[in-house]
Amino acid sequence: MMKFLTVCGSGLGTSFMVEMNINQILQELGVDGIEVAHSDLSSATPGDADVFFLAKDIADGGSHLGEVVVLESIIDMDELREKVEKVVREKGYL
Amino acid sequence: MGTMIDILSEPAILVALIALIGLIAQKKGIADTVKGTTKTFVGFLVIAAGAGILSGSLTPFGAMFEEAFNVSGVVPNNEAVVALALTEYGTTTALIMFFGMIVNILIARFTRYKYIFLTGHHTLYLACMLAVIMAVAGFNTVGLIAAGSVALGIVMTLSPAILQPFMRQLTGNDNVALGHFSAVGYAASGLVGKLFKGSKETSTENIKFPNGLGFLRDSTVSIALTMIVMYLIVAFFAGPAFIEAELSGGTNFLVFSFIQAGTFAAGVFVILSGVRLVLAEIVPAFKGISTKLVPNAKPALDVPIIFTYAPNAVLIGFFASFLGGIASMVIMIFLGGVIILPGVVPHFFTGAAAGVFGNATGGFKGSVAGAFVNGIIISFLPVFLMPVLGDLGFANTTFSDADFGVSGIFFGSLANYAGPIAITISLVVIILLMIIPGKKKNNNQPEESKAG
Repeated sequence: MMKFLTVCGSGLGTSFMVEMNINQILQELGVDGIEVAHSDLSSATPGDADVFFLAKDIADGGSHLGEVVVLESIIDMDELREKVEKVVREKGYL
Repeated sequence: MGTMIDILSEPAILVALIALIGLIAQKKGIADTVKGTTKTFVGFLVIAAGAGILSGSLTPFGAMFEEAFNVSGVVPNNEAVVALALTEYGTTTALIMFFGMIVNILIARFTRYKYIFLTGHHTLYLACMLAVIMAVAGFNTVGLIAAGSVALGIVMTLSPAILQPFMRQLTGNDNVALGHFSAVGYAASGLVGKLFKGSKETSTENIKFPNGLGFLRDSTVSIALTMIVMYLIVAFFAGPAFIEAELSGGTNFLVFSFIQAGTFAAGVFVILSGVRLVLAEIVPAFKGISTKLVPNAKPALDVPIIFTYAPNAVLIGFFASFLGGIASMVIMIFLGGVIILPGVVPHFFTGAAAGVFGNATGGFKGSVAGAFVNGIIISFLPVFLMPVLGDLGFANTTFSDADFGVSGIFFGSLANYAGPIAITISLVVIILLMIIPGKKKNNNQPEESKAG
């Protein structure tokens, strides 16, 4: 099972919102078998997930995590859909 | 019956039941339902454990501060104060949160205020503060849950509403709102920014600004660093004799303070993990149900959504707000009484947002001046909030963001004036004002009377 982790400063609001949006997108795409969770910047470690989603403003702080998708705007569903779809295709889930 | 009451008055079980209802309402499978309910249950107990760690570190800080300066020092931190309050007010907090979200949906469904407040941790924190204030006001249990829920639903609606004119200006559309209970500070910053309308073109984003302070966004790092600085300064003034004799059991006073500062950050870290577990099922359920019931709802989202609009203003705003906090602290030292210490976390998040709004209305100068004013507002509101919080007002921490202060002082003063009756009447009046279909001109009136 593949895992996505969304990350923000305190791991409460923003990352949670992006997680819910990714879940919605995965559902729309009809993709199964990807678990999405959220976390704060301190707790996130490279082993926590296969792909990490971060907003642009904290991208520096998460560069050590490995495969990172940087979001220009965290409320732009079209951008998120495009980026999630790209990752899902690369990983062979679509 | 007795067992039933025992079960329901255990907040951990109660929030788990609320999550269970949400999961069933969303027709989740058995595995997801069991998983979600269990996580919520454990999450609440994690918060309680964090409260224990935290108070172990706050108590010596309070003692040192009083020994050093003869007044009490308060570090505003939402997580800390909520965790402490939940040990006594957990059940009522959980119920106020649950019914408050329902009131929010009802207001959005039936009035012109279409805001659905999706920042779950702030909903939890405000529910907790209202549980305390309504209890101190003298409501009976049912009354305090009813009044707290209506008050929560109202603030969840009005906080995004007063800010929406500034959000429209910033984002260029009317689709999203900001759900962060410091809207009064942000609106003030936006208004202050307007004074510098002339310099609007000198946006913060035209400046080259060092970007190396991004690590402050990592809340564990920023809490630990500021608490270390504060503890060491206070320890220095309290002196080794007092600390080593009374508090540290002989351990060197600086080493002791250093460890206590780290322990504070550890406590907040644990509490945040607990909050995350508690909210994991409740917020998606709230979001799902509200989208079904409220057509064209405006989601009110957490504060970092606006940070990407002006990344420089985020840092400038933090510094200006923090300076406002330090200026306020100096004034408080001269005035005597409680001293509110500037915490990095509230100044970072609310100062950053104030900087972004100030920049949108008044460019660089607007950003600096607006965030500075925000820093003063979030420093002085706690001074007036603490007296209405009963015993919790004597803790060495309190609620940090502006809307907690404004709504808490509003309801607390009403209670001091005429008890539960005054609060009940005001809630009914506010709801009636919200229901009246707005003429264009009157649009802002109920909101502004609340903000004042």
